[in-house]
Amino acid sequence: MLKLYRARRRRNARVIFFSIGATLIGLSALAAILGTLLYQGLSGLSLDVFTQMTPPPGSDGGGLLNPIVGSLIMTSLAVVVGTPVGILAGTYMAEYGRYAKLSMVVRFINDILLSAPSIVIGLFVYEILVAPMGHFSAFAGVIALSLLVVPVVVRTTEDMLLLVPKELREAASALGMPRSKVIQKVSYRAARAGMITGVLLAVARISGETAPLLFTALNNQFFSIDLNAPMASLPYVIFQFAMSPYHQWQALAWIGALIITFAVLALSIVARSLTAATKG
Amino acid sequence: MKSVGRPPVVDLALPSGIAQPLSVERSRVLSRLRGGDAFFRHITRAAAVIVLLILGGVIFSLIRGSVPAFRAFGLNFFVEQSWNPVTERFGALPPIYGTLVTSFIAMLIAVPFGLLITLFLTELAPIWMRRPIGIAVELLAGIPSIIYGIWGLFVLAPFLQAHVQPAVIDFFSCVPVVSSYQGKCLVVPGASLLFAGPPYGIGMLTAGIILAIMVLPFITSISRDVFEAVPPVLKEAAYGIGCTTWEVVRFVVLPYSRVGVLGGVMLALGRALGETMAVTFVIGNAHRIQASLFAPATTISATIANEFNEAVGDLYISSLIALGLILFIITFIVLAIARYMLLRMERRIG
Repeated sequence: MLKLYRARRRRNARVIFFSIGATLIGLSALAAILGTLLYQGLSGLSLDVFTQMTPPPGSDGGGLLNPIVGSLIMTSLAVVVGTPVGILAGTYMAEYGRYAKLSMVVRFINDILLSAPSIVIGLFVYEILVAPMGHFSAFAGVIALSLLVVPVVVRTTEDMLLLVPKELREAASALGMPRSKVIQKVSYRAARAGMITGVLLAVARISGETAPLLFTALNNQFFSIDLNAPMASLPYVIFQFAMSPYHQWQALAWIGALIITFAVLALSIVARSLTAATKG
Repeated sequence: MKSVGRPPVVDLALPSGIAQPLSVERSRVLSRLRGGDAFFRHITRAAAVIVLLILGGVIFSLIRGSVPAFRAFGLNFFVEQSWNPVTERFGALPPIYGTLVTSFIAMLIAVPFGLLITLFLTELAPIWMRRPIGIAVELLAGIPSIIYGIWGLFVLAPFLQAHVQPAVIDFFSCVPVVSSYQGKCLVVPGASLLFAGPPYGIGMLTAGIILAIMVLPFITSISRDVFEAVPPVLKEAAYGIGCTTWEVVRFVVLPYSRVGVLGGVMLALGRALGETMAVTFVIGNAHRIQASLFAPATTISATIANEFNEAVGDLYISSLIALGLILFIITFIVLAIARYMLLRMERRIG
């Protein structure tokens, strides 16, 4: 009897050991990635990075001004395009058609779009925009990114609106408020923090995306804010420079990687703390 | 709710307030409100339909784009191994194989790790530790995939090449040659094939490891949610009759949350299958099927990412789009199963 007990205890101890080990390995993976980024990127980080253009291959100096600007432009336009669609669709699912068939289908499809391979979205936009137009353009990149914004915003908007107590809506309706005003003035206000979180998460998601930009916005080694022309973006430049044999390009790729990672992580932490504040 | 303390109904409906409204003005305001109401309802509905149209558009355009490839190769496309832009012979088997194998390796690593981390976070760790560690693991999900790629190429691959792969190759190849593991080798049928060849650093195994790190947070966050949904009474009863922590997890928590955990695993699998940039860096881009996990290979997404912009000729482009269609169908099925399972779990939790 005691032998069996000891064997059970031993097995338990073993599992606990592995469990702690797995957690340590997982955490050290995070530490290794962030540490590498800091080690490789921090030394080259200077004002030049933000004021100079990407250098031609093999030359020294240069910065990441055009990809940074390109990323900012495309990301913000994609949010401007994608967010309204996402919020309105989420509103329909949570407010008007909560139990409608359409909502159930959209919920299912949206969840799939949420995790669908982003490279396929790139192919889609290539087919519908780049091929007919005959050239790559920042506009196509914006559309590709906004297609990734929509599912994130739909999901969070719906979730947050579902959390709004129905008594609030009933009270507003009882005062004679029309339905659309109830939604806009009561539901949106109560769910505001969560909805902003959704938008921030969407920004975090698309600002690191490379795959949908490969065949849409492509890249541009010059400074350009023309939406009808190819536009540089930070992830694409990291991809191109990291794969290149030139030392200076690789160094810039690491700097870009550092900038983008910490920007994205900061965004998602802010987004999280926003919802944590309203929940607690 | 403080934020909605003063519903501005009155000033919305009638600018002049409710005192003695003219009946004409009243009906005008009301009809305007009714119109606005219907309008808002319709645009939200239209937005919901747009979500469906996005998916429909993606499927339609992929099918249309891949028609030339399927017309030229037929079902042979799925079993053909060559990928030759010069002779315009394209086969999808190597990329499909690479996609499935790398994702399988990723799951083989990430599922046990994810569950062990979840066990630590839900049962073992002191309360004050759970939140920070949980957030740290979920930060892994926030790191852009291209960062995993460049880290894999410049840090992980050289490390594996220098320290891990030679030892593993020696360990499993029971050939009496001079090696640092003289005499100590393991005869596992097939293993000498799986871990053979020169240690390039990059290859299927490296891609699998990178993918495992990437999907780890998906597995932990979902299994954490479902582990925590297990009614405490069940666990307490098991502890009460003297179960160890492991036994409680094995015989109470896991059976209760099985569907949810499986859903999380499928969701992670869907992510791994479609992941592009991280894999593109470390897979090696070889359109060959090789038994060795150390050998360079290719995946569907890596092939598209690498070759699409350089593809010349309709058949080449169409073959790449056909690959995209195959990838989309595979991930669609996997994600649909994941959703179905998570939905079942949600219903059970109530």
